[in-house]
Amino acid sequence: MAGKKRRFKGGEIPTSSMADIAFLLLIFFLVTTTIDMDKGLGMVLPAEGEELEINKKNILNCLINSTGNVLLGGEGVEIKNLSKTIRQKLAENDKLVISVKAHKASSYKDYVRVIDQLKQANATRISIAESN
Amino acid sequence: MKVQRKTKLDSEIPTASMPDIIFMLLIFFMVTTVLREYSGLPISLPKAKRIEKLKSKRHTSHIWVSKEGLISIEDKLYQAESIRHVMYEKRVSDPQLVVSLKADERAKMGLVSDIHTELRKADALKLNYSSKTAVD
Repeated sequence: MAGKKRRFKGGEIPTSSMADIAFLLLIFFLVTTTIDMDKGLGMVLPAEGEELEINKKNILNCLINSTGNVLLGGEGVEIKNLSKTIRQKLAENDKLVISVKAHKASSYKDYVRVIDQLKQANATRISIAESN
Repeated sequence: MKVQRKTKLDSEIPTASMPDIIFMLLIFFMVTTVLREYSGLPISLPKAKRIEKLKSKRHTSHIWVSKEGLISIEDKLYQAESIRHVMYEKRVSDPQLVVSLKADERAKMGLVSDIHTELRKADALKLNYSSKTAVD
């Protein structure tokens, strides 16, 4: 089949609608994007089977009971005063490990408040004991 | 007497570079968008002061815990004992995984403690207790 060869009329892609297409895509991604990031208290859990033996005098027990009261090393402390007390204790012994133990029925809110207080006191060695 | 203007003032905004500008914006939004969003469970987050921002949404996986004790990952409900399998697979596919725990402030610590144990078994050790900023 020997058809008549059409005359080549300049092969250009129409670019006038390019902006419109890009705008459409832009609006789609603008609508689906959520800029706000998640925030929270960071924590690194110890690996499984990595339990360390710690000298007893370097451990500070922090117990939370089901009503939200905190016992720090045998003394009752209000949660909002916790960071001050812990800062003092860290100044005395910088190897101090704070072991947080929460009662099963205690609320997550109190636990987060305690962890927040520990972070405010710049305590880096925090241990989370299994609640039982 | 009519004064004739000699030069015509060209008062048009140049539109030739318009697609380029729009493409740049487009690429920015494409890169920052994460399309998969999960609705999770209705919760009220606890408040804290020493808050860190999660670095990347791409490497974050959420666990929702409601006050009734329901656990939801990617809009599926799980029992506490099966978290380790789900999180282990996620951990294998993304070594930089950070788990964001979105738990209700009235949730019980017994359950949160079980989740800790499960995450340790799944080797997903980077945890973030999702919370709102406290103002006093």
